[in-house]
Amino acid sequence: MSAASSLSLQDASPTGRPPQSPIQLAWQRFRHHKMAMLGVGLLITILIYVTVGAWIFSESDANYNDLKARLQSPSAAHPFGTDGTGRDILARTIYGGQISIIIGLLAVLVSLTLGVLIGAIAGFYGGIVDSILMRLTETMFTIPQLFLLILLGKMLSGKIPTFTLLGRSFSGSVIVIIGVIGATSWMYLARIVRANYLALKEREYITAAHCLGTPNGYIIFRHILPNTIAPIVVSATLGVASAILSEAYISFLGLGVQAPTATWGNMLNQAYHHLETEPWMWFFPGTFILLTVLAINFLGDGLRDALDPRTVT
Amino acid sequence: MTRYIMRRLLQAIPLLVLVSLIVFVLANAMGDPLASFGGRRRIRSSDRERLTRQLGLDKPITVQYAVWLIGNDWMDIDLDGDGIADSKGTRQGILRGDWGKSFMEKRPVTDLIRERLPNTLLLMVASEIVIVVSSLVIGIYSALKQYSFVDHLITGLSFVGYSMPIFWTALMMMYVFAVKLKQWGLPYFPTVGKYDLSVGPTLAQIAWHMVLPVTSISIISVAGYTRFIRSSMLDVIHDDYIRTARAKGLTEKMVLFRHALKNASLPLVTIVGLDLPLLLGGAVVTESIFAWPGMGRLYWNAAQDTDVPVLMGILMLISGAVVVFQIITDITYTFLDPRIRYD
Repeated sequence: MSAASSLSLQDASPTGRPPQSPIQLAWQRFRHHKMAMLGVGLLITILIYVTVGAWIFSESDANYNDLKARLQSPSAAHPFGTDGTGRDILARTIYGGQISIIIGLLAVLVSLTLGVLIGAIAGFYGGIVDSILMRLTETMFTIPQLFLLILLGKMLSGKIPTFTLLGRSFSGSVIVIIGVIGATSWMYLARIVRANYLALKEREYITAAHCLGTPNGYIIFRHILPNTIAPIVVSATLGVASAILSEAYISFLGLGVQAPTATWGNMLNQAYHHLETEPWMWFFPGTFILLTVLAINFLGDGLRDALDPRTVT
Repeated sequence: MTRYIMRRLLQAIPLLVLVSLIVFVLANAMGDPLASFGGRRRIRSSDRERLTRQLGLDKPITVQYAVWLIGNDWMDIDLDGDGIADSKGTRQGILRGDWGKSFMEKRPVTDLIRERLPNTLLLMVASEIVIVVSSLVIGIYSALKQYSFVDHLITGLSFVGYSMPIFWTALMMMYVFAVKLKQWGLPYFPTVGKYDLSVGPTLAQIAWHMVLPVTSISIISVAGYTRFIRSSMLDVIHDDYIRTARAKGLTEKMVLFRHALKNASLPLVTIVGLDLPLLLGGAVVTESIFAWPGMGRLYWNAAQDTDVPVLMGILMLISGAVVVFQIITDITYTFLDPRIRYD
């Protein structure tokens, strides 16, 4: 916001209170959005569950095979029951949740980077660069995401070995899934960013920046990007939800994260065979996915309303 | 209009070429198509060499792509491995209507698709009808009763529906409507397949078997569509022309369906136009849960066997449909809103 507009706001303010920044205004709208606050609450609860739970159960509890206690229904010893190799489902939902949420966040980071870069470059430079990048975007849009995920997931599965980070070992497939989901979900964002860049680059302040000899990179990232941040924030938030769902789908099909690393998605992998007799095996991880995605969708919807005062709900 | 359609179709050519290139490279990088050939038996290395030659997999990927595209019946190829190209090629290439043969099934891809497509269409068209009709009813009702209790309830439920992973919905439906109903001794829905093998493919059997998969597929989309229809109805319902229509004494039905809905349906047409072509691909997850013999499972099996021609066939079919449906969508706009013109 320029100095001029905040001045006029001050003049118009009848109460004489200091003018509010756009972020303060957005926060006010967000706070009064009941569903968004519900989403935040739910999300915090889930985050507490997967972090505090990790102090109570160690990761080796989550991966411990107790063959004498296979397929046990929920009981005091195993509140969520045990799975086909006697692993405690409660402990696995905690560690699986961590991985699922991390995958969601990092995959969005990948798609955010790709989407913003491609959209910004296409919109800012226009011409032949724009045509090429937009044809690529369109092509990726044409192929259904799950179909691409299957191709890429199969192609890269087993290519990255198990690695150790912060004293915990992770299956290399975690990295593959993050990259694959990120690489197949940037197109929508690229289109929004491009449209914003097309509009904003014609503004006077950009012309002024050009005249001052500002380098293009600086204009792209420091002058235009901050002005197009609202739709990026919204679509990144909602993107986390759909990345968690994508992980679940591809893991459900057996191409996702491989054992021993648990995710909510791959806990459901064998669930089909336990539909009738061991419903707890699929009910708990599935419900966690549902609640997390729901919370993020509430949050994203609230953000959309808060950041764009024109939307009607 | 004809010129417009022609132009759009021409513009689609580079898109389809790019799709085919990307998919071809990815599909070929997926693994060794011969890996699952002999089932559990390992194939002899001489057999492997022969098969590689017969399937044309010994050629560089650029040549393989060219053969897929334009065929090889105009050149001689080396089939017996003596280094002399002495046999005539048999492939005609997709540009002349030859979609290739499945590596695994040794049958034309078009045959495989022709077998599966009706099953998928049956499931998906039924779902799409359920989706559009029920979301129209719910969405319009919700918009008319804006901020009422029912409206809030619908909005909340649509968020829940929208956030459900399809397999979770499907498993829940199966558990409640098949497993539990059976336990309670009530009539229950079948969970797998298209019909009961002891009864045969009668209409009633197929419809009965479709209930659970169609409901599972519909719930998520109904939730999404409902929110869409509600907000686009709200956009138009307070406009001046609606007040005019009411003021001149039109019945509420007329106002709603002829005036409001027609304008509010533009966004709906857009999403239906985007969703319809994807229906051809079926639902990989739903079909695998309900053991429905459709395109999704064909794709899934082909992906597991690295059956490149089948993968290419399915994805080209979907991409072609996307292009066609986008054009149809754009033309539908002109009927719904005469202000939109293309020429």
